[in-house]
Amino acid sequence: MANAFSSPSLPSHPGLDEWVSVKPDGRIAVKTGKVDIGQRISTALAVIAAEELDVPLDRIEMIRTVTGEAPDEGITSGSNSMMESGHAVRLATATARRHMLAQAAKRLDVEAGTLEVDDGQIRSRDTNRSVSYEKIQGNKPFEIDVDPDVDVKDPTAHRIVGEKIAPLGLSEMVTGEYRFLHDMKMDGMVHARVVRPPHYKARLNSLDEDLVARLQDSGINIVRDGSFLAVAGPDEYAVIRAAEGLFSACDWEAGDGLAEGDVFESLTANTRESRPVENDGVPQDKPVPPMADPPAGAAATLEARYDKPYHAHASMGPSAAAAISTDDGLRMWSHSQGIYFLRDAVAEAFGIDPETVRIEHVPGAGCYGHNGADDAAFDAAIVARALSGTPVLLKWTREEEHAWAPYATATSMKLRASLDTDGQIIDWNHETYGDTFNMRPRSGPNMSGAARLLSGRYRDNPPPEFIPQPAMFRHMGIHRNLDPLYTFPQKRLVKNLVRDLPLRTSALRTLGAFGNVFALESFMDELANAAGIDPVTFRLNHLEDARGREVLEAVAARMDLAADAGIGRGIAFAQYKNLKAYAAVGVELEVTDAAEIKLRRAILVGDAGEIVDRDGMAAQYDGGFLQAASWTIHEQVTWDRDGVTSRDWETYPILGFDNVPEIETVLIERPGMPFLGAGEAVAGPTGAAIANAIYDATGLRLRRMPFTPEAIRAAAMDA
Amino acid sequence: METLSLTVNGVRQEITCDPSTPLLYILRNDLGLTGAKLGCGLEQCGACAVMIDGEATFCCNRPVGEITEKDIVTVEALSNDPVGAAVQRAFLAEGAAQCGYCTTGIVVAATSLLKENPAPDRNAIVVGLEDHLCRCGSHARVIAAIERAAQELANG
Ligand code: FES
Ligand code: FES
Repeated sequence: MANAFSSPSLPSHPGLDEWVSVKPDGRIAVKTGKVDIGQRISTALAVIAAEELDVPLDRIEMIRTVTGEAPDEGITSGSNSMMESGHAVRLATATARRHMLAQAAKRLDVEAGTLEVDDGQIRSRDTNRSVSYEKIQGNKPFEIDVDPDVDVKDPTAHRIVGEKIAPLGLSEMVTGEYRFLHDMKMDGMVHARVVRPPHYKARLNSLDEDLVARLQDSGINIVRDGSFLAVAGPDEYAVIRAAEGLFSACDWEAGDGLAEGDVFESLTANTRESRPVENDGVPQDKPVPPMADPPAGAAATLEARYDKPYHAHASMGPSAAAAISTDDGLRMWSHSQGIYFLRDAVAEAFGIDPETVRIEHVPGAGCYGHNGADDAAFDAAIVARALSGTPVLLKWTREEEHAWAPYATATSMKLRASLDTDGQIIDWNHETYGDTFNMRPRSGPNMSGAARLLSGRYRDNPPPEFIPQPAMFRHMGIHRNLDPLYTFPQKRLVKNLVRDLPLRTSALRTLGAFGNVFALESFMDELANAAGIDPVTFRLNHLEDARGREVLEAVAARMDLAADAGIGRGIAFAQYKNLKAYAAVGVELEVTDAAEIKLRRAILVGDAGEIVDRDGMAAQYDGGFLQAASWTIHEQVTWDRDGVTSRDWETYPILGFDNVPEIETVLIERPGMPFLGAGEAVAGPTGAAIANAIYDATGLRLRRMPFTPEAIRAAAMDA
Repeated sequence: METLSLTVNGVRQEITCDPSTPLLYILRNDLGLTGAKLGCGLEQCGACAVMIDGEATFCCNRPVGEITEKDIVTVEALSNDPVGAAVQRAFLAEGAAQCGYCTTGIVVAATSLLKENPAPDRNAIVVGLEDHLCRCGSHARVIAAIERAAQELANG
């Protein structure tokens, strides 16, 4: 094999023309199924293409991802984009280059080996004659397949891969010219808002017909389908007020309301589907073995339970979508992470041919998983079909985004481990409990796509409720990073998919890994402490993976773990899915007299394979750290019988500018190595490193997030 | 409906609208100035910040009828302002945005901060941004960018 880059996207999209084309003006168009959600994937892909083809970066044109035109690469998630699309684009552009050089050799009557490329000009070293890419290939299809074994450029020859690159779109972002979906404008467009029930279980009994008539007289359209209710009209603010007025004037049937009570109790008490997890993180379809007594040689056995509440995506911009329905079909614009899945689910919901639905990806606000994007797109489609021929721009409100988008499930992690007399772990048990992370709208039997679109549940004749089953792939949902990368002589790992929990859940950045790594990396510190060994040495004593050892040692080298009055220091480490990027995190913090955590310094060491867009990769580490610190210190979704009560930024506080540490991000150089994908690596270690640093500062072991002043005071009372 | 006149980015504009409409919707929908974003509509996040008489103001709840006499500047006009342009350059140099949804509001806040206090220390920057939220975690880069802009302006 001539390269280290294999892509699972290529078998279903083998054609070179599906990825790359040369325009008559010499610009190179690059297609991808992966979309920008704030992670700068298009910048990285453009850099890869420009490098391989030896053209300046500004000659690369990243083509908008549209169903039926872009390669179907599933969902932009799981830190997979660089491995899937990044590898594919590298192989495609290398194939394109080789193909064009072969053509050029013929045309210039020289050996292909004597050709070099500069700025898209193919030149012969022998004759100094040259020909451009566009002369050879401009607007002409390649009509060949991407060669998975093509030679790629040697990393020592890289000009822009690994450099600091200004991200695509950033100059427009700072001037306000960058176009988000929310900024779309179409001729004759109406604005739309959904009038949601007070909570999940409520249904619409009846409308105030007087108000409806008055609104209609004022030019507002009312769209109702069962308990789905929306308003639309040309003036956005009038539409917002109509939605508010209509909500109060509706007669809602509240039903039973939401289940109240301690979710952490429910997590380990409710009915559940349990599966043992073996063989490097794969659930097995067999009974869970009972937990044995600690081994005979155990010098000490520790047990601990860790809890993580529900977290909201809470994207800065409420979800939005546009749609227009005409005789030609349904055209939609969405910031969904998976426009092909969305297309199929929408078609399934309406009982129409997916080929008549066209969805174009347009950026929304930063997205960290399955937020409201897909639901909003479906909402827009319902309204557009009711107002046939009229373009509809539908936006969710802040409340909707906080109260109706799927959450990351609350999880509980129960661990038990035994140490021998040398301080080595000889037995390891970890059971994780949570709801599903797997509710993206994917069509299938029983209308399983439509059933997972929010408003699908509220329309007349809703599809049967979708009952999620335990995800059985390696390091999927609840059991992501359940299997530690450390070497332990025996492990018992169990995932528990818990039924009858109160809130709607699905995928959020890292899925189960955040809770699992928080638990296991906190527990490693507890065990190190019991063994009387420093936490870095203790981890290294159990870690064979060379790249893992390197990031851990790098963080330790930059962090003085010696005692320092008032300052707490903690480290933690993981490799995302035991397969993707590595991250080791060191945190220095103070716990103030008011029991508030003040982050002082963070050291983030990452290894995500070859570095393409250096600053973009660093931003995934430092931005990921801050987001995970926010989850850890501040965040939890709250609710009562009448619905979700954390409905805005006051009731769902997040980390602000007043608690930003000095961050040092160190990226390990891995030229020529496969891209691992950096987007989620740092989150798990961040939660644990903060917990470990709080312990170092105060002697308090916090095992339930968020680490609010109340939680710290309560822990101090118990100590 | 009333016809109001507004001064936006130095240009006088006549707008026929309901005067209770928050300025944000007028800017975005009537004037095509979509740089200011709706993040919450509750004055809690800063995505909608514009300058009103030189002061960074959240306009998602400010009835347009109350600000007809004032001078409104949006992010779109900041590249013509030496301080605003320095802030924008610094954001580029520091890669101080991920999705960019919070960015325009923060650029407005940073510009207004540096106009008031050309040499802010870190604490003054943090205080200047205390009402702004970012979900992607670009905070550290934003602070570095404002420090860079201040430095650049000080060096002339
Ligand atoms: S949109 Fe105005 S403060 Fe959030
Ligand atoms: S950059 Fe995405 S919200 Fe700030």
